[in-house]
Amino acid sequence: MSTRLATGGRLLNKSRALTFTFNGKSMKGFEGDTLASALLANDQMLVGRSFKYHRPRGIVASGAEEPNGLVNLGQGGRFEPNQRVTTTELFDGLTAKSQNHWPSLDFDVGALNSKMSRFMPAGFYYKTFMYPRPLWKHVYEPFIRKAAGLGAAPKDRDDDTYEHFYAFCDVLVIGGGVAGLQAAKAAADTGARVMLIEQTAHWGGRAPVDGGEVAGKSVDNFVDETVAALEAMENVTLRRRMMGAGVYDHGYVLGYERLTDHAPDAVGPRHRLWRIRAAQIVTATGAIERPLSFAGNDIPGVMLASAVRDYVTDFGVSPGDRTVVVTNNDNAYLTAIALKNAGLDVPAILDARVLPTDSALMAQAKSLGIRVLMGHGVSKVQGGKRVTGVAICSQAGEGSVLEEIACDVVAMSGGWSPVVHLWSHCGGKLVWDAGQAAFKPDVDKAPTGADGKPFVTAAGTASGALLLGDVLADADAAGKAAATAAGHAPAKGAAQAPDASHAPEAPMAPVWLMPQGAGIALRNKAWLDYQNDVKVSDVQLAAQEGFQSVEHAKRYTTLGMATDQGKLSNINGLAILSDSLNQPIPQTGTTTFRPPYTPISMGSIGGEARGDVFQPVRRTPMHAWHAENGAEWEPVGQWRRPYAYVRSGESSHDAVMRETKNARDNLGLLDASTLGKIIVRGPDAGKFLDMMYTNMMSTLKPGKCRYGLMCDENGFLIDDGVVARIDDDTWLCHTTTGGAERIHSHMEEWLQTEWWTWQVYVANVTEQYAQIAVVGPKARKALEHLGGMDVSAETMGFMDWADGTLGGFDVRVFRISFSGELSYEIAVKASQGQALWDALMAVGADLGVMPYGTECLHILRAEKGFIMIGDESDGTIIPQDLGLHWAISKKKEDFIGKRGQERSHMVDPTRWQLVGLETVDKSTLPDGAYAVAEGTNANGQRATEGRVTSTYHSPNLDRGIAMGLVLNGPDRMGEVLTFPGTDGKAYKAKIVSPVFYDPEGEKPNV
Amino acid sequence: MSKFVSALNNEAYAGGIADVREIGLQGMITLRGDLSSAAVKSAATSVASLSMPEAGQASTDGQHGLCWMSPDELLVLCPHDAVAANLEKMGQSLGDAHALYVDVSDARAVFELSGPHAREVLAKLVPVDLSPAAFTSGMFRRSRMAQIPAAFWLHAPDTFRIVTFRSNAQYAFDLLKVAAQPGSEVGYF
Repeated sequence: MSTRLATGGRLLNKSRALTFTFNGKSMKGFEGDTLASALLANDQMLVGRSFKYHRPRGIVASGAEEPNGLVNLGQGGRFEPNQRVTTTELFDGLTAKSQNHWPSLDFDVGALNSKMSRFMPAGFYYKTFMYPRPLWKHVYEPFIRKAAGLGAAPKDRDDDTYEHFYAFCDVLVIGGGVAGLQAAKAAADTGARVMLIEQTAHWGGRAPVDGGEVAGKSVDNFVDETVAALEAMENVTLRRRMMGAGVYDHGYVLGYERLTDHAPDAVGPRHRLWRIRAAQIVTATGAIERPLSFAGNDIPGVMLASAVRDYVTDFGVSPGDRTVVVTNNDNAYLTAIALKNAGLDVPAILDARVLPTDSALMAQAKSLGIRVLMGHGVSKVQGGKRVTGVAICSQAGEGSVLEEIACDVVAMSGGWSPVVHLWSHCGGKLVWDAGQAAFKPDVDKAPTGADGKPFVTAAGTASGALLLGDVLADADAAGKAAATAAGHAPAKGAAQAPDASHAPEAPMAPVWLMPQGAGIALRNKAWLDYQNDVKVSDVQLAAQEGFQSVEHAKRYTTLGMATDQGKLSNINGLAILSDSLNQPIPQTGTTTFRPPYTPISMGSIGGEARGDVFQPVRRTPMHAWHAENGAEWEPVGQWRRPYAYVRSGESSHDAVMRETKNARDNLGLLDASTLGKIIVRGPDAGKFLDMMYTNMMSTLKPGKCRYGLMCDENGFLIDDGVVARIDDDTWLCHTTTGGAERIHSHMEEWLQTEWWTWQVYVANVTEQYAQIAVVGPKARKALEHLGGMDVSAETMGFMDWADGTLGGFDVRVFRISFSGELSYEIAVKASQGQALWDALMAVGADLGVMPYGTECLHILRAEKGFIMIGDESDGTIIPQDLGLHWAISKKKEDFIGKRGQERSHMVDPTRWQLVGLETVDKSTLPDGAYAVAEGTNANGQRATEGRVTSTYHSPNLDRGIAMGLVLNGPDRMGEVLTFPGTDGKAYKAKIVSPVFYDPEGEKPNV
Repeated sequence: MSKFVSALNNEAYAGGIADVREIGLQGMITLRGDLSSAAVKSAATSVASLSMPEAGQASTDGQHGLCWMSPDELLVLCPHDAVAANLEKMGQSLGDAHALYVDVSDARAVFELSGPHAREVLAKLVPVDLSPAAFTSGMFRRSRMAQIPAAFWLHAPDTFRIVTFRSNAQYAFDLLKVAAQPGSEVGYF
């Protein structure tokens, strides 16, 4: 039984009891508990089931390394799966449910897998489900997906908010244990800007549990005094509940701050993702204790020795009445001593080592009356859902049982591994420390910055110093070195690390398998990775089958691939692999450490970007009017343009048809503000535009407009638009809606990188103007009603522009047409855009004015055979494909794309050419459909000879019209092509001219 | 002449840890040219009798200002109704010098973010060191605010002026509101 002790609990506020539920059962805890300590206090050792075999799983650890204690936390909009019980602070009303079991935690059908485990070794899925191949998609994968997985996926929208924060500092210290505190203090004393972050709610790390003295006083005292000193310094920021999630290039660090996880009713964001730029980083991330590999080491009740003493000391929780300690080092003796001091029973310490003399801790344990068996280990653990005892054996043997000891907890320690994750994220290398049997940072191969100099320093236990005095001295040096590297050298005679004393420890002895000669039956039950069910036998099998690289063995066995990313299993696993391969551990190496250190919430990554500000929506000055008048929106880049203005009782299609007819018969208004407008000015502007466009722009006269095409250097069409010459030195270039920024930077790039001596400046003035297209036979009347400018055919011919006043507005009027109708585009300052729109709607009332959207715009231009960038062009189309030879200057020596268009593939006469397509039965061709030809292509697919690029129902012609690219199209007028649709129908369409409506162009010519 | 209306018509939010408001119409002229030439300098200073800004700086005074945008570009601030006259003045100062000067007032929206927490609200959105020691009065920064371009400077202590494109005005306002949400104090500066 695990239970709450009457005394102890360093971190608890016992005056504040909290209530929570686990699997619907109400339980009690105290303020200061983690969910793990509270569950143990309520005798809930069993917390989940493993991934593959659905084995019962209990709490193993007390911190971020916990592999088993994962729960579905919260409900509704606060539901979150895979939350670690050891890092979840208890709050009143917390609800948690265990994962990966059916129908219940106690009785799980999937646990049958465990009985079958002999038949499900490493690579089982790969070997079994490969053949026959179709079964993978339809049978195996759906079945495995159903059986696998840990937590449930959230179904509701997240109730919480999240944010980012950009911070800058000289020295960032990650980890608020004694090493982090000392490093921060040493760095801060130099005057450097220091930030110290700690993932838990408490300063001091494990030192207060493990004890020792600093400057003659208890280590707690040192922690309190150092925190107080740092808090008083203006150049220091201290943050708790903030994990260093990842270290990236150039001193960029992600800090994951959990603001309200422990207080869900608090106002404000739940998580804050800090995006920190630090000149120097100190990783004081401590160390993680390793499990030992013996049979039954996954049975609930088998825990890390350090975790057992954490629960006793920090939370006043007894994991069990009788604890057998099994170890290969002195450190675990602290657990036995702590348990004994708390009045609990320790029937034996099984020490795999054989030492000539008792160390200080051994002597202390023995003096407390604890039986210490040297050279012994666990043969196997007894029990199912809970430990009931251990069978002990000689470590040197094969597991013959010498004795059975009843117990309900096994506290194991296989030594300590420095947390090298953050050191390694950005390329820091490791060395093997044979004395500690652990990888530690190689100080000569630190991560380096742009200057080739190191920017990460490991400190304390994380750098391999295990004893208190060494930890503080190492951290002091690390803090000073980091500050110096950041430009803040310590003053002469700066304070040194305080003296510390700690019980001396005898050397540990590496133990990778217990007993060392364990046979297959025992190895088959000796777990390495608890969450993913990887055992010693699986890694050995992988090695035997040729997966010799540690990265391959990891993926074949799934060792270290679970949500804990192998914090407990990696070193043990690669030691087994090395042994199987008969090579030293450093030769095997480690798998790659990647951020984040522990999983961070998706919400924190998204930050503020959700709801209204998920992404920017660009609005024209008339956006609100459109919204109020039935606009259905079409996204065009980040802009929203009205697709159509739908009236009540009308479908979208009805609205489009109505708008299209009305623009041809009466008067239409289009919000064209989104079109790009770029000013190009300078003595060399004409020369520059002649290079930018395929046609000649330098010869354009002031007051005139010209339609132009732009290509990239390969000759492909990238944009089009109307260019107006404003004065001798100034041109105004219109771009497509999505093209303004792209074309602006295209121009800047050529000016800055190729033609920097040319006297040309460009400016993007797209948003300075609202632009309204006034379209239709009554367009001129509308402008005359506004009054103020002569817009007659005589004064303002087609492709003219003029500045003037209309209805009291200062405007620039372009007589241009993308519809084939009489049409004027009126530009006005954006801050008057809505007012002009209102004025046009008012004067148009008698003329049958209707606003129209982008779909109507498309139909109008398609009826006239005008191309659209993005429909007729797709990045592989040159103007010549579209019959636009007339817009490509033959006179110019050069323009961007000219050389590209001369290449053999571009002049290939079999390039598909633009034509009009008219369905035989007046139906509308499916968009993107291909015309089929006889025979098959090289891939055995049906041969094709054309495709649809634009297709609409034209209300003005009352039939389907389309444009497409067709092999030898212009030479095949009148031929009928077949376009199979995805609806199973075969559409027949005749090749015609792309100009369907008013082919003589008489309508705008009035 | 019809009224000029700014993007958000002076919308304001005061329910969070910093105050946000769109300040309405602000005259702005983009001036591109050789910033070291006498003609360009005099064109800039003809509009506002302020000193030419160094790289990364702005000289501002109320509605007037000269802001450094790039090695060959200034943003000239003046009252909205004075833009036309100022463009004329600049043209005269520039004479035949090669330069570009153009009204961009209506292409922008300007916000004021103010209060003791203004720095940390903005630091949630822009990748810039906004600590009082690093970002001081007189600095002008073109950067990114979440997903849009933005430029800003300290108009007064604890008061930023932020310029965005007009089409992004609603997004920018909503963004600043979210970043200033109650209970989101950071306590870093």
